[in-house]
Amino acid sequence: MSLLSVRDLTVKFAMRDETVTALNGISFDVAKGERLGIVGESGAGKSITGFSLMNLISRPGYVDRGEILLDGEDVVKMSDKRLRELRGDKMSMIFQDPMVTLNPVLTIGQQMVETLLAHRKLSREEARQISIVKLREVYIPSPEERLDQYPHELSGGMRQRIIIAIALLLDPQLIIADEPTTALDVTIQADIMELLLELCQSNKVGLILITHDLGVVSQMTERTLVMYAGRIIEAGRTREIINDPQHPYTQGLINALPQQTLPGHKLRQIPGNMPSLTNIPPGCPFNPRCEFATDLCRTHIPEIARYGDVEVACHEVARLQAGGDRQEQSA
Amino acid sequence: MKDMNVPPSPLVEINALEKQFDLDQGWLETIKFRNGRLVRETRAVHAVNNVTLDVNKGEALCVVGESGCGKSTVARLVAGLLTPTSGEIHYDGRRIDDLSRAEMQPLRNKIQMIFQNPYASLNPRMTILQALEEPVRHHNPAYSAAEVRDKVTEVMMSVGVDPSWAKRYPHEFSGGQRQRIAVARALTVDPEFVIADEPISALDVSIQAQVLNLMLEAKESRGLTYLFITHDLSVVEHFGTRVAVLYLGSVCEVAETATLFSNPKHPYTRALLSAVPQLKDDRPNHIRLKGEIPTPINLPPGCPFQSRCAFANNRCSAEKPKTVQQPDGSVVACHAVEEGRLEDG
Repeated sequence: MSLLSVRDLTVKFAMRDETVTALNGISFDVAKGERLGIVGESGAGKSITGFSLMNLISRPGYVDRGEILLDGEDVVKMSDKRLRELRGDKMSMIFQDPMVTLNPVLTIGQQMVETLLAHRKLSREEARQISIVKLREVYIPSPEERLDQYPHELSGGMRQRIIIAIALLLDPQLIIADEPTTALDVTIQADIMELLLELCQSNKVGLILITHDLGVVSQMTERTLVMYAGRIIEAGRTREIINDPQHPYTQGLINALPQQTLPGHKLRQIPGNMPSLTNIPPGCPFNPRCEFATDLCRTHIPEIARYGDVEVACHEVARLQAGGDRQEQSA
Repeated sequence: MKDMNVPPSPLVEINALEKQFDLDQGWLETIKFRNGRLVRETRAVHAVNNVTLDVNKGEALCVVGESGCGKSTVARLVAGLLTPTSGEIHYDGRRIDDLSRAEMQPLRNKIQMIFQNPYASLNPRMTILQALEEPVRHHNPAYSAAEVRDKVTEVMMSVGVDPSWAKRYPHEFSGGQRQRIAVARALTVDPEFVIADEPISALDVSIQAQVLNLMLEAKESRGLTYLFITHDLSVVEHFGTRVAVLYLGSVCEVAETATLFSNPKHPYTRALLSAVPQLKDDRPNHIRLKGEIPTPINLPPGCPFQSRCAFANNRCSAEKPKTVQQPDGSVVACHAVEEGRLEDG
């Protein structure tokens, strides 16, 4: 059985004039110990997905329909008490900006001990010892001294390590990391990602990695979801999505990267912009930017369906794949 | 292929540039209590330390490095937005770092700047027509209203923003469109030299490609010279003619882009290149640096990279390496490279 099973999740925001749909019927699974990447550009709904898994969507946002089953328990219908037990214990979240995630007026030790005491029957001294062990696991030098320091005394990379240590304190089964290294420099990013991968693999922890960086997804995950305007438009094994993307948007996203074009040549850009949630075009949300769009794409929303090893939401994929196969046969 | 016999002519020469920012505002803050007596102590951030660089006509010189390495400070010094603590900046043979505001005026239309955040760099209370017309009028007082309008229309067309939108305000545009408008504003005065400080970092991947293409086109069609500041090495590989790698305010390595990417020499350049996640990687695969970037306040003597370098020895902690020209034309500041202590591969 999968650890996490999301079915037909729809999240809406009730704005003053209208209700906008931020997530539109997304479904996916994460197996025990599996690493899943969620990629997309700003406004695609990837962070909202992360937040709703922890049931952190607050007004004016609400879960309109669908279920989020964590080990068979529905997070959406859970009582606040049960949610508090699960958050941090069974699943925990790492946020983007390490500068604002830690409480600035509490020492690192207070924040770690507090987390442990809220979930486990331990003495303060025991909690402190566990904290030291966890800090050592994330390669924090002299952890005993760090416990008495305040967040502002530490660098960004160090803070994000501590946040990872806190996320792992209670040995969760699932970690949701929302752009965990976007605020950090590239050499620090590489260290943090390697650490996260190592910890997930050695502790058999599932990971949902939310990012805009396809290179990071490629290094870190086994499966990938590509999101666009609140929908999953492509899902499958990471290698296959990177090497042979099927959806025209995924293709465009990969082709737009500078390393996919010879230096100095014109980059292959995707025309236009991601639609705003208040103004999603009818039919396939990508159709105004898509070079393959037909009349069907402009009127009917494509359902996500399996083509070979990947799932794609595109009317044209079937046709394009058939065309590709014909070419291969004639060649 | 470039003719190697003709020496490239530098448009901008940066010579031994230094910039320090005083941390203590006002003299009261400099009074400290030490060993039972009051003493005066000043602390300074050494943002740019002895940087020497040339920008050749028609090239795109990329300056890369991580946060705090002084790359934006270099851009602002060259643009004349900051005054150097010491050192010289020459533009087209003329020294510009010591000019007064009035003396700098005639040069302002030759040197233009594009900033990182298009949400902050456009005045929210001016329509984009006003924002684009203002520099044209300012630098060409003889232009008639129609001529100004024509110029603005022409530039808007060239950056792919529909001139019929000119009466709109910045908030009505997306981030990518705003950055194109910011590029347009720089181009309206027909500059020779454009300083771009992280112009695409605030944009999504698919929009980054649009703005980069636009800047490449402008380079070709207008013969622009760029000083391009970025932390994104994949953009550098695509956009740059030459690359300068900065660490803690000092130049580590300057090389032709292709040379730098195929044969990086400085240990920091190697680590930086290896840290960029590649599509073909299936796990993180980088040179691990020990420690973290030290603070640029009261820098230690010796090489700025010594605390994180796997090849550092006593000489590195005592003596700051000078930049040395390599056989392939790149310039590297590293004792280990100079002494041949780094084995290739």
